[in-house]
Amino acid sequence: MSEQGTSAQGTSQGSTVLTTGTGKEQARGHAGGFLAGPVGRNLGLVLALVILCVVGIATAGDRFADVDNVLTILRLASVIGVVSVGMTFVIIGGGIDLSVGALVALASVWATTLATQQMAEDVHWIVMVFTALVVGGVAGLVNGVVIAYGRLAAFIATLAMLAAARGLAEIIANRRTQIVRDRDFLSFFSGDVLGVPTLVIIFALVAVAGWVLLNRTTFGRRTFAVGGNAEAARLAGIRVQRHTVKLYVLSGICCGIAAVMLMARTTTGSSTHGTLYELDAIAAVVIGGTLLIGGRGTIVGTVLGVLIFTTLGNVFTLNNLSSSAQAVARGVIIILAVLLQQRVATGGFSFRRPGSGSSSGGPALPGSPSGAVSGGTTAAGGPGGARPAATGKTL
Amino acid sequence: MSATRQRPFRRLPYATVALLSAGVLVAGCTSNTPEDSGSAGGGNQAASDNDEAGNTVTIGFSAPAADHGWMAGITEAARAEAENYEDVELVVAEGTNDVSTQISQVETFINDGVDAIVLLPFDGAAMTPVAIQAMEAGIPVINVDREFDSPFAARTTILGDNYGMGVSAGTYICEQLGDQPDAVVAEIAGIDSLPLTQDRSQGFADALSECGLDVDNRVAADFTVEGGEEAASNLLQAAPQIDALWNHDDDQGVGVLAAIESAGRDEFIMVGGAGSANAMRAIQEGNSVLQATVIYPHTQAADGIRLARLVAQDKALSDLTEVEVPRQIVLNAPVVTTDNVDQYIDNAFES
Repeated sequence: MSEQGTSAQGTSQGSTVLTTGTGKEQARGHAGGFLAGPVGRNLGLVLALVILCVVGIATAGDRFADVDNVLTILRLASVIGVVSVGMTFVIIGGGIDLSVGALVALASVWATTLATQQMAEDVHWIVMVFTALVVGGVAGLVNGVVIAYGRLAAFIATLAMLAAARGLAEIIANRRTQIVRDRDFLSFFSGDVLGVPTLVIIFALVAVAGWVLLNRTTFGRRTFAVGGNAEAARLAGIRVQRHTVKLYVLSGICCGIAAVMLMARTTTGSSTHGTLYELDAIAAVVIGGTLLIGGRGTIVGTVLGVLIFTTLGNVFTLNNLSSSAQAVARGVIIILAVLLQQRVATGGFSFRRPGSGSSSGGPALPGSPSGAVSGGTTAAGGPGGARPAATGKTL
Repeated sequence: MSATRQRPFRRLPYATVALLSAGVLVAGCTSNTPEDSGSAGGGNQAASDNDEAGNTVTIGFSAPAADHGWMAGITEAARAEAENYEDVELVVAEGTNDVSTQISQVETFINDGVDAIVLLPFDGAAMTPVAIQAMEAGIPVINVDREFDSPFAARTTILGDNYGMGVSAGTYICEQLGDQPDAVVAEIAGIDSLPLTQDRSQGFADALSECGLDVDNRVAADFTVEGGEEAASNLLQAAPQIDALWNHDDDQGVGVLAAIESAGRDEFIMVGGAGSANAMRAIQEGNSVLQATVIYPHTQAADGIRLARLVAQDKALSDLTEVEVPRQIVLNAPVVTTDNVDQYIDNAFES
């Protein structure tokens, strides 16, 4: 991967997604600073978030800087944040999961049916949590098996799951909003520990677990390898298909967790839960610096991406602005964050050499042959790896 | 929820006419005093022999997909109403949010030669041509909730009053807050791009200005529980102190109430919209901030069925002296409070 950032290949839009901080990425590989690496890498995002906060304080003053308000932002970010962490793994692994929103809906509905709630009442509310996680995990398993062994494109397979899961949720719920009656469940999840809402703690735990899993385990290295170059990964002895299945199961379980959190937040299960989460999560993941074609990405970036969008919504509401204006700002932020990210981390080099390989959108994608030439050294060792254009996406 | 076509230049006089005509229909009803609505829920008997079985009529019914509590209530109420009449044979097309599918459904009705069509269009303008086609084929079309573009497209139109909903909510809040010009009023709207949301907000603002109030904080949600929770969470941070809050829709209101409870706020009164059974139970229990809700009748398609039957059987509305069924009926948007909730709760839809 390092050749893309340092050489002149990263010149056109295709590679702008994240041509940043590749040196730092390697440094992080062994030095392992939890903050130093990711923050350096995500400076652009941090900057965007800081600017947003400054705007918030300037326009809404005390109301924005208020502890309650910050906790509200974090609480609202937590559900989509958990989904986005799962999505980060899938995207780094070279796939995409369009079904996350529908899975959140399905898990929330399944976990709040009268039967489940009755069982939860008889046993313990953990039954509801368990149900949601299992539903999410199994749906993810179906996704993974269809993609890995059925050889369907991830886009199509999860698109099918998106439709089917939401339809099933509607059938189960009969299009009704199912109220959660278990007070213990609600008070546990909507409570707080030392002033920090439980939902935020869950989000933090999931994010930290995701970071460790991605950066400190074989599983994480394999994820990078599979997403970077599936063929090279296979040759390096990674069971690519099995690993792909695991990634989708992971994403599904994250959806299950998110469903539980959403049930606590709204006190309901509903087939309308999680609408458009797939797009929110993908947006957060991508502005967080994860390559849409896989092989590279960070959890910290994703978390920052989620926080930026949630803070944006909050600042707009504090200033009594319309949701339409917010949507425009959202679009602008996606572009700005990615640009900033690239500028800050690379010293603004991106427009210096517009000549090479930028004649059309395609050639300068990291999948281009030039990237593959020098990158074939470490297939399983890290986020590097050759990427013959054709194989990267066909997991 | 529903998208009544917006015609701004006619809005104000139209709303007045709406309230007046509703008043005519509903005996002894003033615009904001909830009385027993004459058109609600199938409980009312005709004052003549209208309810007696006549020639059997086949009625085709098509509505958008029931992806929302209110819309699900619409179709259910229509089916239930048809059950009440042995001379009505109801053909229900699968609910769809796809305009071309709905058009083909109506074309099928025309080909089958049904006696009347009750149509709640997904998009009134897009369904106008096929409705005209049906009318030209001699099949009376009863237009429900979302108006067609052309007066030739429907024999009778029955619709809810979105502007009136806003007026009812605003008037109620004016009454409750009394003489407090500094009172903070907040509003949680539905999907902002829909004309019906704009109509509701306009009515709300107009009614508030009557007593010198205005909307201090306004956010839009998306008619879902989750959207309501998120919008309300942010709104409560934006406004540290609120006196009254109007939430357009009781489905998203479940989320709004969750956010309010989670923020531990109770210094204000909240008014809902649409009139779900959930909201009415909360009003009945009286231990939350939700004090009232404004009804947007989910029984209007059921009334559409009744009207279709009358038109197809050449009968008239028996409470009016007219020989024919009226061209347009606009339903009232009454406020439900603890005082009169018992009257409405049996008729409410489950969200």
